[in-house]
Amino acid sequence: MSKMRYSRRAVLKSGAAAAAASALPAPMVWAQEIKDITLRQFGTGVSNLNEVGQKVKEDLGFTLEMTALDSDSVTQRAATQPDSFDIADIEYWICKKVWPTGNLQAMDTSKIKNYDKIVGIFKSGKLTPESVIAQGTAPSTVGFVEGPGATAFATEETGWMTLIPTIYNADTLGIRPDLIGRPIDTWAELLNPEFKGKASILDISSIGIMDMAMVCEAMGEIKYADKGNMTKDEIDKTFAIFTEAKKAGQFRAFWKTFDESVNLMASGEVVIQSMWSPAITAVKSRGIDCVYQPLKEGYRSWGGGIGLSKSLTGMELDAAYEYINWYLDGWVGGFLMRQGYYSAVPETSKDYMSENEWGYWFEGKPATGDITSPFGDVLAKAGETRDGGSFYDRMGSVACWNAVMDENQYMVRKWNEFIAS
Amino acid sequence: MLKNRHIQGWLQASPLTLVLIGFLILPILTIVVVSFWRATEFSIIPDFSLENYEFLFGSSVTYKVFYATLKYAAITWALTLLIGFTVAYYLAFHIRSQTMQIALFLLCTIPFWTSNIIRMISWIPFLGRNGIANSALQSWGVIDQPLEWLLYSDFSVILAFVHLYTLFMVVPIFNTMTRIDHSLIEAARDNGASGFQTLRHVIVPLTKPGIMIGTIFVLTLVMGDFITVRFMSGSQKANVGRLISNDIALLQYPSAAATAVILLITVLIVIGILLRFVDIRKEL
Repeated sequence: MSKMRYSRRAVLKSGAAAAAASALPAPMVWAQEIKDITLRQFGTGVSNLNEVGQKVKEDLGFTLEMTALDSDSVTQRAATQPDSFDIADIEYWICKKVWPTGNLQAMDTSKIKNYDKIVGIFKSGKLTPESVIAQGTAPSTVGFVEGPGATAFATEETGWMTLIPTIYNADTLGIRPDLIGRPIDTWAELLNPEFKGKASILDISSIGIMDMAMVCEAMGEIKYADKGNMTKDEIDKTFAIFTEAKKAGQFRAFWKTFDESVNLMASGEVVIQSMWSPAITAVKSRGIDCVYQPLKEGYRSWGGGIGLSKSLTGMELDAAYEYINWYLDGWVGGFLMRQGYYSAVPETSKDYMSENEWGYWFEGKPATGDITSPFGDVLAKAGETRDGGSFYDRMGSVACWNAVMDENQYMVRKWNEFIAS
Repeated sequence: MLKNRHIQGWLQASPLTLVLIGFLILPILTIVVVSFWRATEFSIIPDFSLENYEFLFGSSVTYKVFYATLKYAAITWALTLLIGFTVAYYLAFHIRSQTMQIALFLLCTIPFWTSNIIRMISWIPFLGRNGIANSALQSWGVIDQPLEWLLYSDFSVILAFVHLYTLFMVVPIFNTMTRIDHSLIEAARDNGASGFQTLRHVIVPLTKPGIMIGTIFVLTLVMGDFITVRFMSGSQKANVGRLISNDIALLQYPSAAATAVILLITVLIVIGILLRFVDIRKEL
């Protein structure tokens, strides 16, 4: 009996393998060995999704192992353990820190099929020809190097990319309109004494400082030359304002992880705070009113991309390029855009989204039916529009990009002081 | 012959010695060595530099944070001792049957079957602005406004510490108490001592080693903690552990190592002082 079952399973197994082999795209000569390849990817939680790994296995045949870490650990690992990964899924400001260590290799854009369709933000830096490049570590400023092996960034498109952009978004403050009860339109509201004990900011220094800068500038207290690269004096002034607010009891808590931000908002401990887009979604999916409030000063934006470890060679390297091409081919884009992020090549994602979804997420049109996340949660009902509007409205009003400053170490020390104060 | 015995002794002690060298002495030495290195944002440079210590002692944050750490340790110690001693005393002297003693003792350990973090985090919905504590107090009419200081405050941090670490006080105290010869207590009573006098002059002195062991547990656990402080204060308070974890997160290993060395020295000094009062080995 047991023997029969064994043989039946073996037949099924080989049948499945044959089916998979015939379904593989034709030009891959190494189709036989590809299933033995394992690429190790690590990155922040946002794009390290198991669904992507499964789909890679289905579509490309090789195994993608994913590890999700917080931004600090990601930086640390990319900088100190180049052999522990094949693919680094990191943010652009992390790239600025990590690239000089030489742990990543530049990518030949001629091997990237959809390179021409990548959004201007990641190439010239301009979303539309008229756009101005925002402050901070804009992706285009760290997106290219002169050639393989170069450790300094190039100022324009060169054909050698540091990261292939995968995911990006524009961040703003999240609010509980039901508990606030009046319109909010400026970053300065974060320190409004009206919300004493009900505000929060994130405790990740490199991102938190940018939110602080947006607030201080909106209050008219400080005018920064470049929020993404402050002087010591600007850093001191910024922290002085926030330390005073902290001592006055403005903040309920600081958060470090996605879940913490969701819980603070959902429980009503906090009514206004720095927040990430999917966290808003998570609060909403609990049936609680929560808005990702567009503010007149603009957004703080971030972007991530895939970088290749320098130790990646031969067949693994080919597989990695195959993976990148697949990534930009639309399925992942659609998957991410249906959660509220943007894809580097939006037009390919359109094929993987319904007209209603494309209209809601990208064009900022009212939904014509229920909008559901890829996981089946209803995120919006017919008639609702996305907070902030269309892709061009949102990405067009980016005030600064997440950044790492020259005075980073000084800033971090001040941050520690701020937390301990 | 004597020499032979000598060798035998060394051989018998060597496995433990090797384990201690490998897993205790070497790591600590490494930390000490690294604390003199320098670091940039993404690289660590072997060096002999006092930079880390200079910064540490030159910063007002350090003193504030060490003060906070000692404050948490002292308050937690006092509360865990009070509760731990009472519980142990009840178990050891008021429960007559040994079976019952063991059963109740095991009962104390039940919460410890779940993870530390879960026990800590479950306080958050309880203490929150709209949490169970506040809504209960409001419905009883005790308060009109929710109490803000219940959560994300020193209060919640210490509450969590006491909840997490009281058992570490109960166990050693209970252990020494059960070994107190009951005839000593009978003798005290026969000689006319009141209950309080018996406690003060017989039980407490004989329980000192247990109290001391519990104290060492609690102090080291609280002083080395960072996650409880982070979660229960909503990241608004800092202790030395958080300082170290922030440094590590930002790749500042040498600076983290320097802070760790100072923390280690502080803890050793505290324990050294405690051991002046009670010689654990003599009294065990």
